[in-house]
Amino acid sequence: MSLDKHEVERIAHLARLEIDPAAVPEYARNLSNILDLVDQLDAADTEGVEPMAHPLEARQRLREDVVTETDQRERFQAIAPQVEDGLYLVPRVIE
Amino acid sequence: MEWETVIGLEIHTQLATRSKIFSGAATAYGAAPNTQACAVDLGLPGVLPVLNKAVVEMAIRFGLAIEAQIAPLSVFARKNYFYPDLPKGYQISQYELPIVGLGRITIELEDGHSKVIGITRAHLEEDAGKSLHEDYHGMTGIDLNRAGTPLLEIVSEPDLRSPAEAVAYMKKIHALVRYLEISDGNMQEGSFRCDANVSVRPKGSHEFGTRTELKNINSFRFVEKAIEYEVERQIEILESGGAVVQETRLFDPDKGETRPMRSKEEAMDYRYFPDPDLLPVEITPEMIEKVRAEMPELPDAKRQRFMADHGLSEYDAGILTASRELADYFEAVARVAGDAKLAANWVMGELTGYLNRENLEIDQAKVSAERLGGLLKRILDNTISGKIAKEVFEAMWAGEGDADEIIERRGLKQITDTSALEAMVDEVIAANPKQVEQFRAGKEKVLGFFVGQIMKATQGKANPAQVNQLLREKLKGN
Repeated sequence: MSLDKHEVERIAHLARLEIDPAAVPEYARNLSNILDLVDQLDAADTEGVEPMAHPLEARQRLREDVVTETDQRERFQAIAPQVEDGLYLVPRVIE
Repeated sequence: MEWETVIGLEIHTQLATRSKIFSGAATAYGAAPNTQACAVDLGLPGVLPVLNKAVVEMAIRFGLAIEAQIAPLSVFARKNYFYPDLPKGYQISQYELPIVGLGRITIELEDGHSKVIGITRAHLEEDAGKSLHEDYHGMTGIDLNRAGTPLLEIVSEPDLRSPAEAVAYMKKIHALVRYLEISDGNMQEGSFRCDANVSVRPKGSHEFGTRTELKNINSFRFVEKAIEYEVERQIEILESGGAVVQETRLFDPDKGETRPMRSKEEAMDYRYFPDPDLLPVEITPEMIEKVRAEMPELPDAKRQRFMADHGLSEYDAGILTASRELADYFEAVARVAGDAKLAANWVMGELTGYLNRENLEIDQAKVSAERLGGLLKRILDNTISGKIAKEVFEAMWAGEGDADEIIERRGLKQITDTSALEAMVDEVIAANPKQVEQFRAGKEKVLGFFVGQIMKATQGKANPAQVNQLLREKLKGN
């Protein structure tokens, strides 16, 4: 399976990655190689094998429904670029 | 051409936990911005989500209530998109192995019929934060208190065929999650909201038409209006030879119409994959049995019981079990009064009338169930008539005390003293010879005239049953 230029650009956009247009053919080749590897894996006979959701043979531990976190807003907001009225400020996201 | 509407609903209901789904931060509504957003909710590096046990139990509870399969192994997945109120760049949700599988629920329609609606699945996920677009000099303010709040997303099959059915279904799910005490269902606060998938097709066709998705509807009225508008819009397009575009649309309650979301607001491809930070969740039969043992009585079972134990009609039982609060109120009144029929009449009649007039919910009623029950007791033991009871109810509503106090203070006690009543009956008969003649000539209706005279003389305090009996005896005997 091979990816074209547009697909690479779309993947980059979805991941919000800025890529050098000159490097796109190279990315396309590398990503296509990865997909080829996946195709190869896909060819293995998995009849009767249970799908694996996690490599560890363990089960999720659950926590009790108890509030354990205290308000640390001051500390968190000390490392934020901009805050006001207790809110984190970000560039406007709607027109 | 005749068209058929096909609707499926995705309902997001906020689960009523103390702490968040993956962190120990509080979920209380209305806290100062970002005071309930911890390192996990903020998506800071190096943190790990740990699943809240109560969330799992609540999902199981819902699953059992809709007769669904509970997944023995359930998996969380990342739904990837970028928005500032989602600090991690992904929402933890469920994709391939949701906790609750195929289930069903029965809705009652206005024509008295009922219909079974399939529920495809229900899965757990975290809510995002809140964006405030005004007042920050061209910037957007982000409050992450809501980030990580547990949600149960309930996805219906495309089984709904009209806006009215969609509303009936939404109301049924709303009542159910409140009965189950897994959500407060508060729609103003956003604890219960839905997206509607709507399409139309020629009647008789088995293929689905192209659908649109209506986002974020937070009231029963809006769901009806939004779907009505959308159905009309789609039919118009199709009848003029056009094609419906599959897209996400927003309902504008002010204009009463739907409009397409800007492409920017639309996430194109979520690239779901299993979240490596969370292990598969195992749900053992023991856990399910534990939850089952703690299940409260469900609306349909309660309705059946009200019919069987209290002798209520299906219609009355349906109304009184519409919400758990109303059902509890009614049962408390019936218990105190000792007469379920009378309790049902008063709760559905007088009480509901007062609530509607003042636009109040049952838990805001100004007369407690105990006080209403106490009032009904006085009707049953003949202290007052039903008519006087309405006066007493009005006074109780106005905060003048309980029934006994008001009856005493206002001197409303019914006259049941036979000799006193007899004297009055004699007097009325003597004063109205013409009406006596008419009655004796077979005009039964004149009896009402005599009763009226006595009620007038006693300001309604005479015991009506006794007056009736005395009048009949005297009018016939003399």
